[in-house]
Amino acid sequence: MFDLSTLTLAKLIRDREVSVKEAVCGYIDEIERTNNKYNAFITLAKERALERVEIIQAKIDSGEDLSLLCGVPIAIKDNISTAGLKTTCASKMLSDYVPVYNATVVDKLEQAGMIVIGKLNMDEFAMGGSSETGIFGVTHNPFDETRVAGGSSGGSAAAVAGKQIPLSLGSDTGGSIRQPCAFCGTTGIKPTYGAVSRYGLLAYASSLDQIGPIANNINDCAALFSLISGGDIKDSTCVSEKSFAFSENNEERMEGIRVGLPRNYFTSGIDSGVKEAVMSAVKEFEAAGAAIIEFEMPLLEYMVPAYYIIACAEASSNLSRYDGLKYGYRSADAKTLSEVYLKSRSEGFGLEVKRRIMLGSFVLSSGYYDAYYKKALQTRALLKDAYNRLFTQFDVIISPVAPTTAYKIGENIDDPMKMYMGDIYTVSVNLAGLPAAALPCGFDGDGLPVGFQLIGDAFSEEKLIRIARIYQNRTNYHNTTISAGRK
Amino acid sequence: MKWETVVGLEVHAELSTKSKIFCACTTEFGGEPNSHVCPVCSGMPGTLPKLNRRVVEYAVRTGLALGGKITVNSKFDRKNYFYPDLPKAYQVSQLYAPICRDAGMEIEVNGNKKVIGIREIHMEEDAGKLIHDARNNRTQMDFNRCGVPLIEIVSEPDFRSGEEVLAYLEKLRETLLYLGVCDCKMQEGSLRADVNLSVRREGEELGTRTEMKNLNSFKAIGRAIEYETERQIKILEWGGKVTQETRRWDDDKGESFGMRSKENAQDYRYFPEPDLLPLYIDDEWLQRIKDSIPELAHGKRERYQRDFGISEKEALVLTEHKNISDLFEAVSAKSGEPLEAAHLLTGEIMYLMNNANITPEFLAVDAGKLSVLINLVISGKINRNAYKETLAAVFDADVDPDEYIAKQGLKMVSDTNIVGDAVKAVLAENTEALADYRSGKEKAFGFLVGQVMKKLGGTGNPELVRKALKDSLSV
Ligand SMILES: [Zn+2]
Repeated sequence: MFDLSTLTLAKLIRDREVSVKEAVCGYIDEIERTNNKYNAFITLAKERALERVEIIQAKIDSGEDLSLLCGVPIAIKDNISTAGLKTTCASKMLSDYVPVYNATVVDKLEQAGMIVIGKLNMDEFAMGGSSETGIFGVTHNPFDETRVAGGSSGGSAAAVAGKQIPLSLGSDTGGSIRQPCAFCGTTGIKPTYGAVSRYGLLAYASSLDQIGPIANNINDCAALFSLISGGDIKDSTCVSEKSFAFSENNEERMEGIRVGLPRNYFTSGIDSGVKEAVMSAVKEFEAAGAAIIEFEMPLLEYMVPAYYIIACAEASSNLSRYDGLKYGYRSADAKTLSEVYLKSRSEGFGLEVKRRIMLGSFVLSSGYYDAYYKKALQTRALLKDAYNRLFTQFDVIISPVAPTTAYKIGENIDDPMKMYMGDIYTVSVNLAGLPAAALPCGFDGDGLPVGFQLIGDAFSEEKLIRIARIYQNRTNYHNTTISAGRK
Repeated sequence: MKWETVVGLEVHAELSTKSKIFCACTTEFGGEPNSHVCPVCSGMPGTLPKLNRRVVEYAVRTGLALGGKITVNSKFDRKNYFYPDLPKAYQVSQLYAPICRDAGMEIEVNGNKKVIGIREIHMEEDAGKLIHDARNNRTQMDFNRCGVPLIEIVSEPDFRSGEEVLAYLEKLRETLLYLGVCDCKMQEGSLRADVNLSVRREGEELGTRTEMKNLNSFKAIGRAIEYETERQIKILEWGGKVTQETRRWDDDKGESFGMRSKENAQDYRYFPEPDLLPLYIDDEWLQRIKDSIPELAHGKRERYQRDFGISEKEALVLTEHKNISDLFEAVSAKSGEPLEAAHLLTGEIMYLMNNANITPEFLAVDAGKLSVLINLVISGKINRNAYKETLAAVFDADVDPDEYIAKQGLKMVSDTNIVGDAVKAVLAENTEALADYRSGKEKAFGFLVGQVMKKLGGTGNPELVRKALKDSLSV
């Protein structure tokens, strides 16, 4: 079961060759067996899952066709609201917070007959790239447990890589789905901004956040994406009119596909192992008949600063509601109103979160707004224009996901600048609101997975997924299990 | 040199849409604390706003009625500050592209007309309320008002006196009521005004201003302006400096107190609200809103005079408050007697309202019953006395006019025999008055008419009574 593709498992469940209970309990057992190694799960919702198992099995038995992933278990990043199930953002601030409502994506999954079996570890409030900053501890990379799983959706990628769950949801604000996917050898999609409802996603940076699927291959990702995408009246920024229509294809050729290769992404600051693996993927595209066109990506040095200014500005406002009054952590020795605010927030938030709130408050404050925030918005507009022009020339752009493979736990935790520069290849996608898929493309000298990303024009997920699928039809990196990957 | 007061106003009007600005909760006033809330308006993590288009329509309607320029590419911004009544710790408002700019309103004070500039009108969400429980010294939060839509109407500093401010507020209230966008109940906080005031020697530069809050009635606004003007003049005449600050008006004490000064003023860190798309108002939508603007007071005033032949004075009274003109229009339509309806509302009803101390916004009389009464008096079924009496009963106790008239025996007596008998009896009983009349005292006739009416329980047909009396006396 654990080595099957999710779509195959789903078919067995639909054909009643595997019961929903077998699937769900099999994975729950696996989580209980391995979670002390990976620490990918914050909450395991065993009872809730088992209740749902009965309901869904009855529907399947009565011949109801709920969806192509009906009966399949799934786990959700812990910044996505689940009614009655703790949603912590891996923060002391929300360590006991139980939402009263479901995120739209959770409603959609449950309507599709999927079973939510737990909530996944992450960087606190999705701020980080290593899943080391949450209060529930570090998530370990299943390929090498001394290394990070990436972040901020580290739990979402590690759980899939570690076969604790066939599918998961993550969120991507500046690379938070793609980078852990690259670090853990999984496949993930960061959808176009507005393709998936954000209602119920505990916001980090509202204009950048998107929820997306993580799986072991692009087909499973695409199937999950088809369930969560589409408009939502509760989210005005979710503008896509219809959901993605899933279909499979067995093509292996890419004649006529124009692939842009940003030359300057490979000149400095990138590990040789990463560079080699990504270039081998480029070769594969060429061999499949795609036209590879090199170009110079503009604005490279402005991407990370613009991203951090905008993301932190929005975060400083989004996280203000955690004030110790209505829910969440309240400092025990606060006596006055201002002490409630000050102490609850000082004690309830971790270092990185506080750093970003302070940075964000600073760039929005009067006298600095024009110098920082406004400039960042201008950069963002220029970047959007640049991508618009590029997509008149290319169908997709191929790029590394991160300059390195998974680093050692604790290695970068005290060096925020180094951490931030790790986002160099991913943040422009969020700033421009584009879709991107992260796919495994080999291993570095230490046997650690390397990923690359395909970036598409807005709402071109169909094309993006088709091209990714051709790549995976021709390669086998996505099927490499943990043990085989390691030297 | 004379001192001059310079005032600018920020008026907050709660829009009377059915649901809140960003969720489906009701905007109804009151209710059990926290009974009109949902995850969105209580700011639960992960929720998102969804703009109520009706709010935009009401704001645009107001902007157009006040002659403003509508911003067709408008957007929302976040105003960030911490306070327990603000569950998201930011208020969604409009700073960079308010829905309307450059509006204005003409006012008239002591016969002098003047236009007050309105710099902008913007949309925003209201905050909740803190309820202090003195018994256990706790403050509790009620989020019912959170997310109730507001427009803020920001004037230029064009006022030079409290009278001008009050004239403006009266007219603004009238306009909002006629537009149907706000119920303007100051006691319930649906209309609130902050006063920005400074003083200067005539012709000099603007002085340092203060902002006064917590003004809960027009009367309080008038008093507060007077108080603040004197306070600032006193400071300046003693060689002091006015501090730029926010002051809280205490209407019971009749004075204001400094709350926070400019030095510790908040930095609201405004930035564009990323959870809402920019708001675009296309031509078609704008036209539909234009078409939805109802007839305003001055239009009604002219129409009443033109179409119904109502006097200017009465037309003015009828249109002073939308509740009155609504009632007038309903009664005239139902009774088919606009002139009589106008007399009724500007006369007897005003009198009853004054006696009962009821202001127009709380007037609730059944238009159907009033028109029944009008038809009864005009068709001669009841006389004016009975009309007034029944009217008072309808006004006070909402009685059914027909039932009341029957029960009280108020139907007009037009039977010549009954009237004749009454005349006979009165003449027999009042020989003195009779003698007076005969000796040429015309006044005695009136007295005798009164006596006959009294005999008939006030229900006699007055013409018939006069005629019968005259006839008897001339015999
Ligand atoms: Zn609500």
